[in-house]
Amino acid sequence: MSWWRKQKPKRYQEDQRTAPVNGVIWLLAALLLVILPHLLRQPGWVVATCLAILTWRLFKEFKGWALPRTVFRLLLAVTLLAGTYFQYRTLNGLDAGTTLLTLMLSLKLIELRTLRDAMIVILLGYFLVLSGFLYDQSILSGLYLLSVVLLLTTSLLVLNHSDEGQSQAKKEYFKRATAILLQALPLVLILFILVPRIPGPLWALPNNSSSGTTGLSDKMSIGDITRLADSDAVAFRVNFTGEIPAADKLYWRGPILWQTDGRNWSTLNRADPFNALTAPPFTHLSEAIEYSVTLLPHKQRWLFALDLVVEQPEQSFLRRDFQLLHKDKINELYRYTVRSVLDYKNSQLLPQERKKALQLPANSNPQTRALAQQWRQQASSDQQLVTLALNYFQYQPFYYSRTPPALRGEPIDQFLFSAKKGFCEHYAAAFVTLMRGAGVPARVVTGYQGGEYSELGDYLLVRQSDAHAWAEVWLQESGWVRVDPTRVIPPDRIEAYEDLQRFTDTRNDKLFNPDTRWLHSAWLQTQRGWDAVNHQWSQWVVGFDQQQQQRLLERLGLGNLNIFALVGIMVLLILALLATLSLYLLYQRQKQREPLQQAYQTLCQRLAKRGVDNAPWLGPKQRCQQAMRKLPKQRQEIKSLFNHYIQLRYTKNQTADAQRAFIQAVKRFRC
Amino acid sequence: MHATIQIILQQLNSVILGKEVQLKLALACLLARGHLLIEDIPGVGKTTLSHALATTLGLKYSRIQFTSDLLPADILGSAIYERQSGEFHFHAGPVFSQLVLADEINRATPKTQSALLEAMEEQQVSIEGETRPLPDPFFVIATQNPSFQVGTFPLPESQLDRFLMRIQLGYPDAVAERRLLSGNSGRELLSKLSAVTTTPQLLALQQQVSQVQCTDALIDYLQALLHFSREAPYFSNGLSPRSGLGLLQAAKAWAFIEGRDYLLPEDLQQLLPHVAGHRLVSQEVGEHYNSEALLKLFQEVPVS
Repeated sequence: MSWWRKQKPKRYQEDQRTAPVNGVIWLLAALLLVILPHLLRQPGWVVATCLAILTWRLFKEFKGWALPRTVFRLLLAVTLLAGTYFQYRTLNGLDAGTTLLTLMLSLKLIELRTLRDAMIVILLGYFLVLSGFLYDQSILSGLYLLSVVLLLTTSLLVLNHSDEGQSQAKKEYFKRATAILLQALPLVLILFILVPRIPGPLWALPNNSSSGTTGLSDKMSIGDITRLADSDAVAFRVNFTGEIPAADKLYWRGPILWQTDGRNWSTLNRADPFNALTAPPFTHLSEAIEYSVTLLPHKQRWLFALDLVVEQPEQSFLRRDFQLLHKDKINELYRYTVRSVLDYKNSQLLPQERKKALQLPANSNPQTRALAQQWRQQASSDQQLVTLALNYFQYQPFYYSRTPPALRGEPIDQFLFSAKKGFCEHYAAAFVTLMRGAGVPARVVTGYQGGEYSELGDYLLVRQSDAHAWAEVWLQESGWVRVDPTRVIPPDRIEAYEDLQRFTDTRNDKLFNPDTRWLHSAWLQTQRGWDAVNHQWSQWVVGFDQQQQQRLLERLGLGNLNIFALVGIMVLLILALLATLSLYLLYQRQKQREPLQQAYQTLCQRLAKRGVDNAPWLGPKQRCQQAMRKLPKQRQEIKSLFNHYIQLRYTKNQTADAQRAFIQAVKRFRC
Repeated sequence: MHATIQIILQQLNSVILGKEVQLKLALACLLARGHLLIEDIPGVGKTTLSHALATTLGLKYSRIQFTSDLLPADILGSAIYERQSGEFHFHAGPVFSQLVLADEINRATPKTQSALLEAMEEQQVSIEGETRPLPDPFFVIATQNPSFQVGTFPLPESQLDRFLMRIQLGYPDAVAERRLLSGNSGRELLSKLSAVTTTPQLLALQQQVSQVQCTDALIDYLQALLHFSREAPYFSNGLSPRSGLGLLQAAKAWAFIEGRDYLLPEDLQQLLPHVAGHRLVSQEVGEHYNSEALLKLFQEVPVS
């Protein structure tokens, strides 16, 4: 291509052109969507201001109002700045920052005049889109923000195109914007995978955002809660390396409640020296299993693992009571790998441990203690005592209920002898009280039990509603043993269907109406499918941290690379990508020339190899004569080829058949 | 090749020896309804060529020898008082012919030059308030001595533009010159020539020329050539749309003479130096390019 076809460079002044009306309207629409999710979190006056400015701008575009004076604009800016400060008492931080950005972006609209201003607004818009991820990193929000980016890109196109006086259909712009975004996709992938990850978050996320709901707490109070929160929220997801253990082994250990005042149960005091003791060795009765847990942020240090942990993740601490703790609070998605032995014998009991496991306030729950004492007399061993207690729950009319009555006075006494209705906490607390009353060391363990298996993603999903409390007793012959008193309640005494499913086996399915069962299972399937998608998202996108990156790179055969090599590879890949893209575009351009021209080019190139001049300015007749001189043996063939071409290109009798014939002839031509 | 064209060319070639290309160009110019400017030193056969063309094509021919004292009325004619009728009577000047040879046009004053050039443009003459049409077809073949010769008034650019083509005859090659020297002189042969076509036949030929096919691909190339003449830094001015149209028309005539009913890029390349040569001025030197140099410059434009 010669120099004279090049476009003359656009001058800077051209940026000072007035922004075209239709472009500004697109921009307004895009901006509205950009700030919409932020507005939902903003105080009312911010929402009102932003919407007012957007509306004003829209009217301005249609009615051709003038822009306000500089003084007014300055005044407005200062007012809004002050307003933000008084709202948050700071201009720093996430909330104040986004408020300020949202306000100022809207404010820019009252001075937007030139194309350059519009560009600035669009760039700010992209930035504000990014800040949306500071609040919400779910798939849905990602999809929403992606569509906003598409709209922003479209308005960018419209703004830059309207000056050519060839405004196209909206669909065309959308198509083009989509194409642009798709073209960016490989680049995005390369950057996402290869940009070195920094351990931990870049900046501290504020705690007030997305308050994590958890079904667990470090204390429980028997009888106060009359309604069990039933949150479907995901607590964590587990990928097992091997097979998933049986449901009755899936006890995810959380905080252990040692202390009680008869009504409230709590963990040991923070300063208790017992907390500093590490887990003792124990006898393994089966092979260890390995699994990795993707834990959703819950603002606590707890890590959940199956009993009992033999190999803990990094930066974690395993207490003597086998509670696993991270060194910091889990404020963002955290993934860790643990090994546990599910069959064990943990038979060490320190004197101070025994003392804590027998602690019972002197005057509380007298009836319960009396019953315990009575059993103590009957039973010949601690083991038998446990059986007596479980039998009591099973054969007395105990019910499992999510909405138990409030318990006044001595809560355990009331529960055991009059109310007889409750959920896991009641049973666990009552059981432990009974055991302690009878002189058997016992403690309440909280955590999660079970989980749903998702075939789609081959993982176990544990929800907040799987939160559970159970008991552990220390028996002379077998050490600490888990006892789950809730499990002995017969199915016909479980009130809710979900609980029944949870605590019983499938044999009870008969109890339910078979007509609605498929509906229920379809609903469950859908839910699980969606959760599987979410799991992949949180594992590979949100939770794509240093470890995940390392794992992926190893799988790609790029393990053990330092940061510099990584950056080098990244740059090389990007260059290669751009080179491929340019070559492709070049090829496309060539291909866009009609097939006739392509064939003719081929012919000329072939002849050029035999010394025929291939100067671009040569016409077909001259080429033909030259070729005939150079290749006298093929005179006839060459002549007919060129004549054919001339007929096709320079006369009006062009037919598709003749063109095909020419292309075929060129393909056959050898010289 | 068209039979008539063949005979015309044969006859012309028998009079003017060794100038096949120039003859074809001159014929193409006439078939394209354009005026021709022949620029060369005296004595290479400019006058003979125009005379032979007129005779062969059966055109009414007149010759005006331009001198520095030639007046417009000498060309256009004037109204003369006649005593018998007591009225002014218009006596048509030599311009009222089908083929006018304006010999050594650059020796006349600009005023006289422009009288002829106006007639060329308008195909009509206005004398003393009365408009008189010129015959159809109307051709002007002007000859011009190279401008460095003494006593010349060079034609301004705007007037050069009225000529569709400018050609140079040049010296004959050795073979042709020998035949010229040993044989009969051109002037004698001229008197023996007979007309090959009549005026209606010539008009029909012109009609056929304008029907030569021209595809989009060729228009693309023509536009690229025009664009180049306007954008490239070699020329002080680009080619006007009129010259573009002229180039196309001349190329069609050339293709027709070549016996084709369609245009090829080569036709444009062949005609370009002759159509553009007297229109494009070098930006550096301020002079016209010669044919070869011009064609070389335009080789930057690829055939699309």
